[in-house]
Amino acid sequence: MSEKKPPVRIPRRAWIAGGALLAATLAAEPFVHLHPHFGIDGHFGFHAWYGFGACALMVLFAKLVAGRLLSRRDDYYDA
Amino acid sequence: MLEHAHPGLLLIAGGALLPALPARLRAAAAPLLPAAALALVWLVSGGSSFSWLGLALQPLEPDALSRVFASAFCLVAGLGSLFAIRHASVRELTASLIYAGSALLVVLAGDWLTLFVGWELMAVSSTVVIWCAGTEAARRAGMRYLAMHALSGVLLLAGLSTLLVQTGSLAIGAVPTDGPAGWLLLAGVLINAGAPPVSAWIPDAYPEATATGMVFLSAFTTKSAVYVLLRAFAGTEILVPIGLWMILYGILYALLENDMRRILAYSIVNQVGFMVVGAGIGTELSVNGAAAHAFAHLLYKGLLIMSAGSVLIAVGKRGCTELGGLWRSLPWTAACGIVGALAISAFPLTSGFVTKSLINSAAAKEHLTLTWFVLVAASAGVFLHAGIKFPWFVFFHRDQGLRPSEGPWNLRAAMLGAAALCILPGLFPGPLHAILPFPVEERVYTGAHVVTQLQLLLFGGLAFFVLLPMLERTRTITLDWDWLWRRPGRALAAFAAGGLDELSGRTSAAVARIAGRLVPDLGGLRGRRTAWPLWGSLLVLAALLGGVLTWNLLQ
Repeated sequence: MSEKKPPVRIPRRAWIAGGALLAATLAAEPFVHLHPHFGIDGHFGFHAWYGFGACALMVLFAKLVAGRLLSRRDDYYDA
Repeated sequence: MLEHAHPGLLLIAGGALLPALPARLRAAAAPLLPAAALALVWLVSGGSSFSWLGLALQPLEPDALSRVFASAFCLVAGLGSLFAIRHASVRELTASLIYAGSALLVVLAGDWLTLFVGWELMAVSSTVVIWCAGTEAARRAGMRYLAMHALSGVLLLAGLSTLLVQTGSLAIGAVPTDGPAGWLLLAGVLINAGAPPVSAWIPDAYPEATATGMVFLSAFTTKSAVYVLLRAFAGTEILVPIGLWMILYGILYALLENDMRRILAYSIVNQVGFMVVGAGIGTELSVNGAAAHAFAHLLYKGLLIMSAGSVLIAVGKRGCTELGGLWRSLPWTAACGIVGALAISAFPLTSGFVTKSLINSAAAKEHLTLTWFVLVAASAGVFLHAGIKFPWFVFFHRDQGLRPSEGPWNLRAAMLGAAALCILPGLFPGPLHAILPFPVEERVYTGAHVVTQLQLLLFGGLAFFVLLPMLERTRTITLDWDWLWRRPGRALAAFAAGGLDELSGRTSAAVARIAGRLVPDLGGLRGRRTAWPLWGSLLVLAALLGGVLTWNLLQ
């Protein structure tokens, strides 16, 4: 189904720049006044880990569960 | 005079006259007509009513909510026409403007009957837009699309008829969902919104249209449905879980999809889901949020689809497996696509940031815990499936060696215009907030909101790149509920049609024998087999009509 090609590598410099940006968003948090509505959203870095966790879960569920059950070749309805 | 001129009729009449114009004049008229309609949206006062078959109709009854939707419709129609003038056929341009005008009929209507006329005209004209692609895939997808919207129209008609019988009025207002009128109307509207289990009509039909046609298609049908939900069903609780389902469905299916235009089509379902949740919460803040988000969505989705359309025009390919590395050859298209991607992801300084936050805040203020947590997770998921995936796999990722040139000036002008309208409300939210139905008291640009939104999106983006090997595209599609009517349903229909043919043949022969004896002249047709079913049907119809008339007379 898929054509095997070498994986795309993200350059090391991009990882470092991205990491610095992520760290900056965390470092800025103590300087702003949060307005938590549900308690847990007032913990330090809540939006960071929640955003990462939610996206990772969506990718894993899509690929490992939904994809395995529901994916078909793209000419499925033409056959 | 102008205060009663209907902007929708201007677009419909103007669109119908386009084929009569010389090519140069047509190219100028197509984008100018929606601009004139936009001016009318703000000039008209409406309020005129007339009686037809004893029904009081108000075809033009604009208010703040109508004007938010109508303004965005005119802006997308104008930019979409500018994008289309060189590549779309005259037939497609005509159908597209009639489609836009029909959507204006819906959102400016003061009664359900005018709304229904606009609804049906939208179904027919948008089907023509799909068919203008001229491919077998478009023909088939257009038929499936038409069937779905015929069903929506039938439910809407049944609902408004029931409403008329129950209340004696067709005036549009809040419709309670405690009886058949409300449920029929709601079901008809939800089909057009792309709600489960029929969301598949959007990714099935829209991507089969031309590069230019999909810009129009992405705009009107689903957002007119959102308008009706906000107008008639605000606060209907069932809409909250329906909207949340649409949000998650759009993300999961877009993550698995290979076709860049289907990714954007799934993303329409996802974004409409946010608006449906806003309608379901039903507070002033959430209705404001849903209306504002519809306005912003119409422009950034139009921009994303124009960007994908430019790629399609340039290289003739749609699959992520065939695309990549195009930012070098198509820098304008890539830059505009990225602006659209940032706006749909609700990055600060874009329109999405100042609109989506209103819906999320409404959920928080109503203490809808589960709803809020899903909305926040889905906000990160939007960046994942549309904000990064679309531009990454099309313009970056693996360079496939494609070296096309940018399209003509009108493609870039339309994309730049849409990009400006994605950024301006992000920089200056005041004017957009000022036209919303209710006063906006929320401050969207607080330090906390900017920092937490950046954390959410950027860490979501980190998950994308950490899991990139799992997201490598494959040439696959993902089965949906439409499998039921595209596979077993089709086989069942073919079986039933065979049986009906046989039954119809026998019935026709029997009717023909009787008719031939009753009316001697018909005897001459006895040899023409094809004429018998027609004569038979006419006689059956006449008998039924006679029966109904007689019954009425006896009553």
